[in-house]
Amino acid sequence: MDRWRITRNRSGKALWDDTPFVLTREGHHGEIIHAVNAPARTLGMARDARLVDMRALCPNLRAQPADPKGDHEALEKLVFWARRWCPWSAIDGEDGFVLDTTGADHLFGGGAAMLADMEVRLSAIGLSVRLAIAPTWGAAWALARYGRNDHEICSPGDLAQRLAPLPVSALRLDDKTLLLLRRLGLKTIGMLADVPRLSLARRFSRAQLQANPLLRLDQAMGDMAEPISGPREAPRFLATARLLEPVQDPTPYLPALSQDVCTKLDAQGWGARRVCLRIYRTDGEVRVLEAATSSPSPDADHLVRLFDGKLERLDPGFGFDLITLEAVVAEPLSVAQPSLDAPAQEEVHLSRLIDRLSARFGTGVIAWPRNRESHVPERAQGPVSALGNNPEPLAGVQRTRPLRLLDPPEPVGVLYAVPEGPPAQFVWRRQVHRIARHQGPERIAPEWWRARSGTRLRDYYCVEDKSGKRFWLYREGLPDDGRGGDPHWYLHGMFA
Amino acid sequence: MEVFPDTSVDASATGFVLSQIPRKGGPILWAQDRLSRYQAGEPCLAGLGTSLPVLHAALKRPADVLWALEEGLRCSGLSGVIGEIWGDPAVLDFTATKRLALRAEASGVPVWLIRRSCVPNLSAARERWRIAAIPSCPHPDDAQAPGQPRWRLELFRSRWRKPGVWIASYDRKTRRLRLSDQFSDGSVADHEEPFGQSAVG
Repeated sequence: MDRWRITRNRSGKALWDDTPFVLTREGHHGEIIHAVNAPARTLGMARDARLVDMRALCPNLRAQPADPKGDHEALEKLVFWARRWCPWSAIDGEDGFVLDTTGADHLFGGGAAMLADMEVRLSAIGLSVRLAIAPTWGAAWALARYGRNDHEICSPGDLAQRLAPLPVSALRLDDKTLLLLRRLGLKTIGMLADVPRLSLARRFSRAQLQANPLLRLDQAMGDMAEPISGPREAPRFLATARLLEPVQDPTPYLPALSQDVCTKLDAQGWGARRVCLRIYRTDGEVRVLEAATSSPSPDADHLVRLFDGKLERLDPGFGFDLITLEAVVAEPLSVAQPSLDAPAQEEVHLSRLIDRLSARFGTGVIAWPRNRESHVPERAQGPVSALGNNPEPLAGVQRTRPLRLLDPPEPVGVLYAVPEGPPAQFVWRRQVHRIARHQGPERIAPEWWRARSGTRLRDYYCVEDKSGKRFWLYREGLPDDGRGGDPHWYLHGMFA
Repeated sequence: MEVFPDTSVDASATGFVLSQIPRKGGPILWAQDRLSRYQAGEPCLAGLGTSLPVLHAALKRPADVLWALEEGLRCSGLSGVIGEIWGDPAVLDFTATKRLALRAEASGVPVWLIRRSCVPNLSAARERWRIAAIPSCPHPDDAQAPGQPRWRLELFRSRWRKPGVWIASYDRKTRRLRLSDQFSDGSVADHEEPFGQSAVG
C-alpha cells in the first residue's frame, strides 16, 4: 500500500487521504482485497474480503490491482538497505523483514534508540512500519504484527508474559491449524502455553512446522533455535566461461575472462583488490584460486599474471567445464597525479611487483620492515604486509645497531675476566673467536609492561675479534640479580 | 654482480652491497632463501642507516629467490635488487646468472647476489667480488673500541675493469666506501677520494 502511494505521489496524482482505497488481487470468485488504506480500514474493510461486498458497503471505494511481484522486489532491495543497522537481515513473509541485531544495538545507543532510528529512517522513505525487538524471531514477529504499540521492546525476562495475551495467529501457523485451535477453544498464546506439553506433542506429533503449535511456541519462547540466514549480495564483478567439452587446461580462457571482469570494473571506475578464480570439475569438485593486489587494478593482463604458476598445480581430474573469475573485493580507483612532471609509472610498477610476489609466495612472506617504538632490538622492527597500505616510516633509534640480526639470538660460550665485565673470548658454532676490541656495555632493560616477570636485563657489547669480524653480543642478566643463576651469553647480530 | 664473503657469517658483504646501490630514492628488493636467513640473519632496519625503504621477501628455496629477483628486475622503480643464496644449488647455474645479468642490463636496475659458503663456479656475473673483514680503523675517542669497519676487497673477475685488490673503510652513517692504501709493512693509511661509483653498472 505504501509503495503504491509513493509511486502515486511521485507521478503527481496524489490521492486524497480520506478517500477509501484498496488494492486487489484475483481470487477464486472475482477480485479480493489485498491491502487497504486507513480510511478504508475504519469503514471495516479487511484483507481477503471480496471487492464486490465491500463496494456494497462503500459505493465510492476506489480499487487498483496490486503488484505482488513488484512488492517482493522492493522488499528484497529494502533488506539489503536494512544492513545499515546490522549485517544479518532476511525477508520474512511477504510484507516484512527480520534483522538479527545481536551485538549491534549498542552501536546506536541501545535497543530503544536503534528502534527510533529505524522508525525515523523508514518513515522518511514513506513507509508506515510496525517494529518490535524481542529475544527470538517468533516473538518479534508476533509483537510487530499483534502488539499494542507501533514499536515494542521485549526483554528476555518478560517474554512469556508479553506473548500470553496475543492471539494464536501470532504464532505463524497456517489457516487449518488456526481453525483447529479455534475449535478447541485455544484463543491466546497464554492459553496454548497452559495446555500440558505432552498432550500437545501427542496431538501434533506428525505435523510440519507450519502446522505445529508446539514447535512454533518453542521457537517464540527461545527453546528452539531459529537462526536467520540472510541472502548474499549478488556478485557484481563476475565473468563466466561455460565450456562445451571438458578441458584439462584453463589457461587459454583466462585472458577473455579477465578482460570481461575488467570491462565491468572499468564501467564503474573500480579496480580489483582480490580476485577469485573458481574452476568447476566435471566430477563435482571445485578448485578455488585466490590472488590479491596491493592497489586497485583495472588491468586485465595484470590479473592474468597473478595466476602464473598456480594453474599448473591444479589437479584437472576428468577436466573442467565451467570457469568463473570474480573480483571479490573491489575499490574505487583513485585517479590522482602527484605532480605535473612526476614519473607516474614507477608506483604502478612497484605495486604490480608486490602483487606478483605475493600471489606466488603468499601474503605473509613479502613485507616492508618498519621501525616500531621499542628499545628491545627484536621488537624495534616489525613486518608490515606489503599488500596493505604502506605506512609512514617511524624515525629509528640513533644508536649503533648491527646490519644483520639473528632470529632468535644464538647462545655462545664466553670467557671473561670479571663476571660483570666484557667478554674476552667466545665460542660460536664451534669456532673460537678471540676478542681484540670491545665497546659497551649498552644496557637495555626489559619492557615490564610487556615481558613476563623474571625477564632479565641485557648488556650489549660490540666486539671485534682478532681477524676483524664484528659481532653484537649480550649478556642476559647480572650474576647477582636474583633472577636465576649465572647469566647466559647470546650472539644477536653482525656488524659490517 | 656477485659477492663472495670470506666467512659465511660476516656482514661485510651486506655493507659493501649497500654502499654500491645507487641512491635513487626507490626501495630495494631484498630476497633471502631459508638457509641464508637462518644462518646469517635478516637485515636490521636500524642498522641500515638513514631511510632506506626495503621490500623484504623471506623465501624458502633458491629457485624462489631467483624468480623474485627476475621479477624485481622488470620494475624500474626499484633502486636495486639484492639476493642471498646459501651454498651451491643446482638452479644457480650459468644460465640463471646470465638471465639475471641480461635483465639487469636491460632495465638499468643493479642486481647483487650475496653467496655464502660456496665455490665460485662458472657464472655470467659481470663483476665478482671477494670480501673479507680486517681489523677496523682506530676509534677516535676510545682506544678499546672498534672504529669504522675496514675490508679487503678483491675484484677477481670483471667484464669492464682490471681486477685488483683494495683496502677500503666504510662509513655506516652515509653508506659510503673510502679507499685506503696498504703499505708493505701491513699498515694502512686513509685515502680521501671516494671509491666505488664505477663498480655500479
